[in-house]
Amino acid sequence: MRIRFRFSKLGKIRFTSQRDVARMWERALRRANLPMAYTEGFNPRPQLSFGLALPTGAESLAEYVDVSLDPVRAAEQGIVPAALPAVLDELLPEGLHVEEAVPVERSKDSLQQMVSSCSWTMRLVGVDRVGLGVMVAALLAADTVPITRERKGREEIDDLRPSVLALAVADAVTDAAVDPSGRTVGLVAELSTRPRGVRPVELLRGLIAVSDGLADRPMDGLAATGRPGSIPVLDRACRTEQWIERDGLRQEPLLGRVVPAGADRATHALERAS
Amino acid sequence: MESLWPQIEPLLAQVSKPARYIGGELGAQQVEHGPGAVSWLLVYPDTYEVGLPNQGLQILYEILNERPDAAAERSYAPWVDMEASMRATGVPLFSVEGHHPAAAFDVIAFNLSAELVYTNVLNMIDLAGVPVRAADRTDEHPVVMAGGHCAFNPEPLADFVDCFVLGDGEEVVGEINDVLAEFRCVPTPPAGGRSALLTALSRVPGVYVPSCYDVAYGDDGRLTGITPRTAGTPERVEKRTITDLGAWPYPRQQLVPLIEVVHDRLNVELFRGCTRGCRFCQAGMITRPVRERPAEQVRTMVAAGLERTGYDEVALTSLSSADYSGIEETVTGIIDDPSCSGQVSVSLPSLRVDAFTVGTAAQIQRVRRTGLTFAPEGGTWRMRQVINKLIREEDLYAAVDAAFSQGWKRVKLYFLIGLPTETDEDTLGIVALAKQCVAIGKRYHNSVTVTASVGGFVPKVQTPFQWFGQNTIEELTRKVHLLRDAARPVRGLTIRWHDPKATAAEGIVSRGDRRMGAVIEQVWRNGGTFQEWSEYFDLDLWTDALAAQGMTLEDAVYRHRTEDEVLPWDHVSAGLHRDFLWQDWKDALAEYGLPDCRWTPCYDCGACTGYGVEHVVASAVPPAGGSQGTGQDLSTGGQVPVRFLSTAPSGAAPAPGPGGSAVALATEGRG
Repeated sequence: MRIRFRFSKLGKIRFTSQRDVARMWERALRRANLPMAYTEGFNPRPQLSFGLALPTGAESLAEYVDVSLDPVRAAEQGIVPAALPAVLDELLPEGLHVEEAVPVERSKDSLQQMVSSCSWTMRLVGVDRVGLGVMVAALLAADTVPITRERKGREEIDDLRPSVLALAVADAVTDAAVDPSGRTVGLVAELSTRPRGVRPVELLRGLIAVSDGLADRPMDGLAATGRPGSIPVLDRACRTEQWIERDGLRQEPLLGRVVPAGADRATHALERAS
Repeated sequence: MESLWPQIEPLLAQVSKPARYIGGELGAQQVEHGPGAVSWLLVYPDTYEVGLPNQGLQILYEILNERPDAAAERSYAPWVDMEASMRATGVPLFSVEGHHPAAAFDVIAFNLSAELVYTNVLNMIDLAGVPVRAADRTDEHPVVMAGGHCAFNPEPLADFVDCFVLGDGEEVVGEINDVLAEFRCVPTPPAGGRSALLTALSRVPGVYVPSCYDVAYGDDGRLTGITPRTAGTPERVEKRTITDLGAWPYPRQQLVPLIEVVHDRLNVELFRGCTRGCRFCQAGMITRPVRERPAEQVRTMVAAGLERTGYDEVALTSLSSADYSGIEETVTGIIDDPSCSGQVSVSLPSLRVDAFTVGTAAQIQRVRRTGLTFAPEGGTWRMRQVINKLIREEDLYAAVDAAFSQGWKRVKLYFLIGLPTETDEDTLGIVALAKQCVAIGKRYHNSVTVTASVGGFVPKVQTPFQWFGQNTIEELTRKVHLLRDAARPVRGLTIRWHDPKATAAEGIVSRGDRRMGAVIEQVWRNGGTFQEWSEYFDLDLWTDALAAQGMTLEDAVYRHRTEDEVLPWDHVSAGLHRDFLWQDWKDALAEYGLPDCRWTPCYDCGACTGYGVEHVVASAVPPAGGSQGTGQDLSTGGQVPVRFLSTAPSGAAPAPGPGGSAVALATEGRG
């Protein structure tokens, strides 16, 4: 029996890593006395499968974990998936909140392999709305956006552009990404996981890279002055959805809520965030 | 108190492992600070991952927070990147729970587990915004305290720490809190301010206040005495000892961190103290006598702890866990407990070297994620008699045989080099032993690894070896090379060694007197923090600081101390009579071993008689099997049996039954 949980990760706990969160789940599941299925071998581990790894420091409204239970013992204990979120919520650390749980079929691909894109909201400092708007337009207009990133200890140049499915400055009137203090500027994005996932900081590097190429705009160096053309710094990032795309339709992984993969992808993410 | 979180939060995006600084552990307490409670900041002066599991700190954390007139939070050394950010933005040292500034607490109390963290202690006091030198502090500053094993030579830190606490902290921490409450929690505190408070603290048994003592030096520069200058302050500060571990079932709510730390598991203390009498071992000497926790309480603490934490591993801790009365029943009780569903593994961190112990380990270690580790410490029987680690070679081989035959493929052996009277034959005996262990392993597996881990010996205070002049860096390096060359042709044998330079630095601080404080301060001022970490350790910082103070490695580290010499730690006591230690030192030089006093008559070391306490052991019968029991014939320890276990296993390793079947297994084939 496999149960898929959807949970959020908000607040101070965002500074823990994906592996840390996996250990928190293992401990909470043991404390809940759930009959977990274990891997075979010398070093048996509980069978947990998480969605796409969340970068340390990022918040999320849309984390998923698949938990495999021993079917015989689960039946004996009369496990009801819908009752589990409340139980686990009590046992997980503050900042992790379990929203829903449903039984899912075993499938060939892991959750991590199936997720095709993620929606993000970000808050940036060191840039104003106008400056950020110019950067966003430049990135969307570019054919390629090469960025350098590290992979297995080696620096490689990747093209970011194909991974950016949607990108927009947050709308000051309606968007959750807008900081009420006015200190930051909101950015919403949908980023593909293929060929490789893109982290918010990498998107930011891409924005800076394309702006460097804008010869007609004066850049005022590294100073985070908030004036147009200055360098934006990521203040907060929150993943608002993970998507599984099938036949041109995007599905939310837990309940399979279907959303057409249309043009207005990024703003949809904010429906969850608000 | 004000929370610094708004200033801390922006720093965390830029530093490594930011979750070190957020608190939020299961078991963390959100305390209220108010005028009616003494506020304590309990500090471990190393990284969060190293410091969080410290059981001593967690015990005091709970005991203090159970009191209505105390409130305790915790802090750990920020890593170098975080420290740089904090200094750049003016964020002081803070508590991990409430992110309260350290200087706002009544007490900043350090756990001292190792000497090389001393520069971190200074750095953290400074990062708190508190004057580093005790003499510069005023009524508005916190009291800086320190406890833990290193407090048994407090002098190197005497200029920086207001008061030291010796021995078990469970009882004395409350008495200290009473004194502090009298000064800090009443509308009209007693007159005299800080110095009156420190004088009052110096009268609490087990508390040493350096500023209440005069230090005298002779014309030759040697220390001649440390004597109290205030009435009621004791000439000799005796350590505190709790007589009944069962009365202190702590930690009740062990902290479960959000990030991975060392010893990331449930820990339950089986007993405190050890009377094996290993002469190099400071822990064994200063924690006497043996006090066992009742078996029923161990069971309860394990069951409740696993249930509460969700851990799948429990360590039964002590200085030699296999010596616990009824260890077998205890561990089988845990693994057979139906609530553990066969998914809990038990580890015994300090294995005794014999086949019996391995049999127990095999039974309980569901997950064989690591190799087994044994600590023969010396390469020859002669050497092991000198250090009183009375393991016969056949016991080591039987233990290793049992380990390999039961599925382990990696065995690690701990040794010391630079021990008193050590010859090259003793040093090379390490390779001979390890080579034999590889040969045993080859009978069971094609590919086995034996790692001999070699540490340089640092003589520790309050032990029989406190008079011994430490080996020089050059001598230790020469011995390491001897070992490395001898081990090179042996396939399957790896030698690892501790940097002899770090051994020297540890020696500088271990036995220093109060003048060593200036050296520690200079090393810190020149940037020498995290000296326990090889990437930041720098011997030049230490030798430069020594030279600047007119001191030498020769005098501070390599020199043998004499019987009539006043030792800088003579005025603090772990209960051991000086003449017992001196006699034990003479016995060591005469290669005379001393069996465990739990099962043989008393040697009058002083630990029991001086404090009117006794060993608390459930069983008066020495543990079965192995040379470390009693009644053994110690004259034959060096003899290696001609042949042992002639039959190679066929297929799966035989499952050991409960008890001594592993011993039988290893003994059967003996020629």
